[in-house]
Amino acid sequence: MPKLKLEARSQPSQMWSYASPLLALACTVAIGVLLFALLGKDPVKGLQVFFWEPVKTGYAVGELVVKATPLLLIALGLAVSFRSNVWNIGAEGQYILGAIGASGVALMANPATGSWIVVPVLLAGVLAGLFWAGLTAFLRDRFNANEILVSLMLVYVAVQVLNFMVFGPWKDPHGYNFPQTKTFEVVTRIPRLFAGSRVSIGIIFALVGVVLVWVFFFRTRSGFAQQVGGLAPAASRYAGFSSRRALWTALLISGGLAGLAGALEVAGPIGQLTPYVPAGYGFAAIIVAYVGRLHPVGMVFSALLMSMFYIGGELAQSRLGLPKSLTGVFQGLLLFSLLACDMLVNYRLRWIALGVGK
Amino acid sequence: MMDSYALLIAATLNAGTVLAIASLGLLINEKAGIVNLGAEGMMLCAAIAGFAAVVHTGSDTMGFLAGIAAGAFMAAIFGGLVIWLNTNQYATGLALTLFGSGFSAFAGIAYVQAQIPERPNFALPYLSDIPLVGPALFRQHPLVYLTVAFALVLIWFLYRTRSGLILRSVGESPESAHALGYAVRWIRMGAVVMGGALCGLAGAYLSIIYTPLWVEGMVAGKGWIALALTTFATWRPARVLLGAYLFGGVTMLQFHLQGVGVELPSQVLSMLPYLATIFVLALISRNPRWIRINIPAAMGKPFHPGS
Amino acid sequence: MTTPRLELKGITKAFPDVVANSDVSLTVMPGETHAVLGENGAGKSTLMKVIYGSLMPDAGQILLNGQVMRIRNPKEARANGIGMVFQHFNLFDTMTVAENVWLGLARTSLEQVTASIVAKATEYGLDIDPRRAVHTLSVGERQRVEIIRALLTRPELLILDEPTSVLTPQAVEKLFLVLRKLASEGCSILYISHKLHEIRELCTACTVLRAGKVTGVCNPKEESNASLSRMMIGAEPPLLEHHECQAGSTTMVVRNLSLERDDQFGVDLQEINLSVCAGEIVGIAGVSGNGQKELLYALSGEDTRSPHGSIRIGEVDVSALDPGERRRMGLHFVPEERLGRGAVPTLSLAQNLLLTRTESISIPRCAGGWIRVKALANHAERLIDRFHIKAGGPNSVARSLSGGNLQKYIVAREIDANPKLLIVSQPTWGVDVGAAAQIRGEILRLRDEGCAVLVVSEELDELFEVCDRMYVIARGKLSPSIPIAEATVEKIGEWMSGLWDRSVPGEARHA
Repeated sequence: MPKLKLEARSQPSQMWSYASPLLALACTVAIGVLLFALLGKDPVKGLQVFFWEPVKTGYAVGELVVKATPLLLIALGLAVSFRSNVWNIGAEGQYILGAIGASGVALMANPATGSWIVVPVLLAGVLAGLFWAGLTAFLRDRFNANEILVSLMLVYVAVQVLNFMVFGPWKDPHGYNFPQTKTFEVVTRIPRLFAGSRVSIGIIFALVGVVLVWVFFFRTRSGFAQQVGGLAPAASRYAGFSSRRALWTALLISGGLAGLAGALEVAGPIGQLTPYVPAGYGFAAIIVAYVGRLHPVGMVFSALLMSMFYIGGELAQSRLGLPKSLTGVFQGLLLFSLLACDMLVNYRLRWIALGVGK
Repeated sequence: MMDSYALLIAATLNAGTVLAIASLGLLINEKAGIVNLGAEGMMLCAAIAGFAAVVHTGSDTMGFLAGIAAGAFMAAIFGGLVIWLNTNQYATGLALTLFGSGFSAFAGIAYVQAQIPERPNFALPYLSDIPLVGPALFRQHPLVYLTVAFALVLIWFLYRTRSGLILRSVGESPESAHALGYAVRWIRMGAVVMGGALCGLAGAYLSIIYTPLWVEGMVAGKGWIALALTTFATWRPARVLLGAYLFGGVTMLQFHLQGVGVELPSQVLSMLPYLATIFVLALISRNPRWIRINIPAAMGKPFHPGS
Repeated sequence: MTTPRLELKGITKAFPDVVANSDVSLTVMPGETHAVLGENGAGKSTLMKVIYGSLMPDAGQILLNGQVMRIRNPKEARANGIGMVFQHFNLFDTMTVAENVWLGLARTSLEQVTASIVAKATEYGLDIDPRRAVHTLSVGERQRVEIIRALLTRPELLILDEPTSVLTPQAVEKLFLVLRKLASEGCSILYISHKLHEIRELCTACTVLRAGKVTGVCNPKEESNASLSRMMIGAEPPLLEHHECQAGSTTMVVRNLSLERDDQFGVDLQEINLSVCAGEIVGIAGVSGNGQKELLYALSGEDTRSPHGSIRIGEVDVSALDPGERRRMGLHFVPEERLGRGAVPTLSLAQNLLLTRTESISIPRCAGGWIRVKALANHAERLIDRFHIKAGGPNSVARSLSGGNLQKYIVAREIDANPKLLIVSQPTWGVDVGAAAQIRGEILRLRDEGCAVLVVSEELDELFEVCDRMYVIARGKLSPSIPIAEATVEKIGEWMSGLWDRSVPGEARHA
């Protein structure tokens, strides 16, 4: 009787490290088709809203990029974290703080302010994100508190801080008592790249970030040290790389980038601070980071893919009458499939015949 | 005034029970060396599964069973990936939570406005009539008492039985347990499924008894707090129970403080349980040696047999 | 003729990259002490795992007392009268001795187990307290737990895998007494070792393995070390060229180094005094777990808690410097763990250079430090060529190399840096004879060039072979040094129990 057996490879398979995200996507799509069929919807239509509609027109592609920008920015930071074995899963909180920080500056502007105000708006976002991630780093460094739990708890705290601001001091007095700030002055708006599209200079930041992170990972000694700390802590200690420095670097980079993403979002597409600023980008970016293999270039593609899921979810709601939360289901499925498919990178499947060795 | 304290204690026990059930389940996982960050996701899915079952059948028992089944099923998938395919425990647990929050929101749409039958009165005869003590302790759902009993059974199991010793040995050194001939992966799988079932029960209790209704994301970090509790308790069941009631108390304190007229913004009060978790984690973890001697040594680490 | 206790017929076991056992046959008679001899990587451990049921053979038969058996797991092996004492103990640190033994036995109660431990311990003179937690025991005591656990299953066949590597010479004698008593009671013993003199002293039969195949069956009492060695490695053991030691000025001085343990299960260092001079090789002997790990952490800079002024290189106090800073002062270190400490398993050989070498980095001191990828690969290539390392090239990942080749690469990486002081821990642990000889040769050559060398090893033979001077570490204390000419196995063995200062008896850590 033959039996399927997992066999460890001596070298990880190069081929499968590229192929496994694609296989995972294929699995997700297959399950998606099944799900559509179960819900009594036409699977072809379902696939269409997720994979065709978002790239059909130039405007649609622009929207795809608009949503991919924060995902990519946050994921870049998370990749630095995860490669250093620092489990920052509170990017959502750092993103919210970034949005709050940017709003604080944006609300100070008046119609007469110069367009230079955009710089302090973004800086405030970055600093707020840094601060929030720095709290986690401090508690880990000083008290050895688990960064997974601390960073996550701080997401809930950040949500309450946001609520406090929009229900309290920052509530728009002319806003019919809605919990939101006034709409920011036009001068604070992030400059857009083209007329007729919402794509802003944010995507330039993200692409520059891709290059910088690539250089950091693969061409600098500090980037190397950062990753050794994640791969083999004892080797890192032996080499004399500081684990504290790696911890702070990881959290500050990911916090700063998440803060920047939050700032770009409130001062860009949203234009005011509302309780609906947290859109789950911080969590989706975890999936972006993994599906992109924690590689800066890979994450460009996975950010676009995840953005498709977001837009597809919205379209599925308006076109097919399906709940928007379908997005979350697909995101989760994708990560699951990826983790399962990744086994093929380090193992090969082989049929072995049993019955010998008697 | 005294009555309000009795009610606070009663509410604390009720809220603590959710945390205690989930956390005891996660403790079993971790004693076997597995960390399941999917607790939040399992509880969410179990909450909607349990709630839906009660809406359709009208039976609490069916609801609890549905919740347990949902939790156990999700844990089994997690276990398959982590134990047999050697995927990263943290990443896989996160995937479970992300999937669980997406899926529960998706599946729960139809139940957002749903009502479930009136709860019967759970007061224990005679005991519940004792002044103060009665309303504080003896008007709870039976599961509240069962949780305490379960914790006692778990202590006995872990520290007084051979099976408990085997479970702990697998979390201490899976390589050694394997070399002695124990089926490490199946033992871990059993622990993971058991943990998932308990998280499921906790989720179902939340939506059927505690709230009782379905709201998207209603677990609100309780799964994560339950995870933090195992560290807080340095992996001892009795302390898990204690910690759960403590955190239940913190959760309830916000309502109590509002009741007695403390002037704090509601958002600040809502932060309390999360801030308390961070505070307690920092307090407990600051002595790494103490953690190291109590933590199951192989917790979170992969195990490859036969190599 | 009596039926053999154990008979293996044509056992073959292959792994993806290597055939560990190929057509291995072996016969053990009742009451016989049978050696399985072979160098590292010859397939001894795989064969034992097959007998004990941890691995299934691809082909071949196992016969126990004349019956064909299919042993699917260790539980079945124990039920069939096979006991095993592992080289890497399978013990649970936080549990008590009794609980550990209980886990290795079939259903019974903890009280019964405790009673039978005491009984067995008395019967065989294996003194142990069943209520103590394992992490408080010395390595030798832990082995006793393993032996008692195996004996309590009433084995007809007891397998011991390299049991003496953790013992002092005196403790080895005690162990042999126990084994002889067992054999006289009819128990068969399979004794795995690569130490020739032990096998000739203890065993009455011997099967020799080389590269997974049986290369000889003999009675070791009738053989010489040379003839056994020929069967084992196919040649006489390579001889080292040993020049006279030309000790120069003192390179490193350690003075009154006391350090509280960092790890719960560690050892406190107490007033360590040590010096190493240029052009000499200094050895530190000792049973593992007596403070070697902690001392090496302190010397390499991985632990920087050492008291101010306790460690000096030349005139400079380095006690607070991190490993990188100490490396810039000429101190290079080869750690005991190759994968995960000396090298990152999943990174390439070239990338692993960056752990300790900065030649291929522009502006290395600057926070960035640009990696010149081409130069890095060339550097790795040069090392691979110069030290004859079998590897796919600079881009092979570290874990794809065999233990011996990876060790050669790590040693090469550190020697190539022209260190002033080289510290090497277990230079040839788990390495085949050829690679071991090459590594020892390189270390000697480095000494002759004027480098100071400190070797920490549990293998006494190795230390006697390469060292000029020797210290012994026991219970976190370091003995005075002794020139190699004055050192004998008996004396060093006594010192390994902490008995270098006879005026303070009772200090000995039971080993």
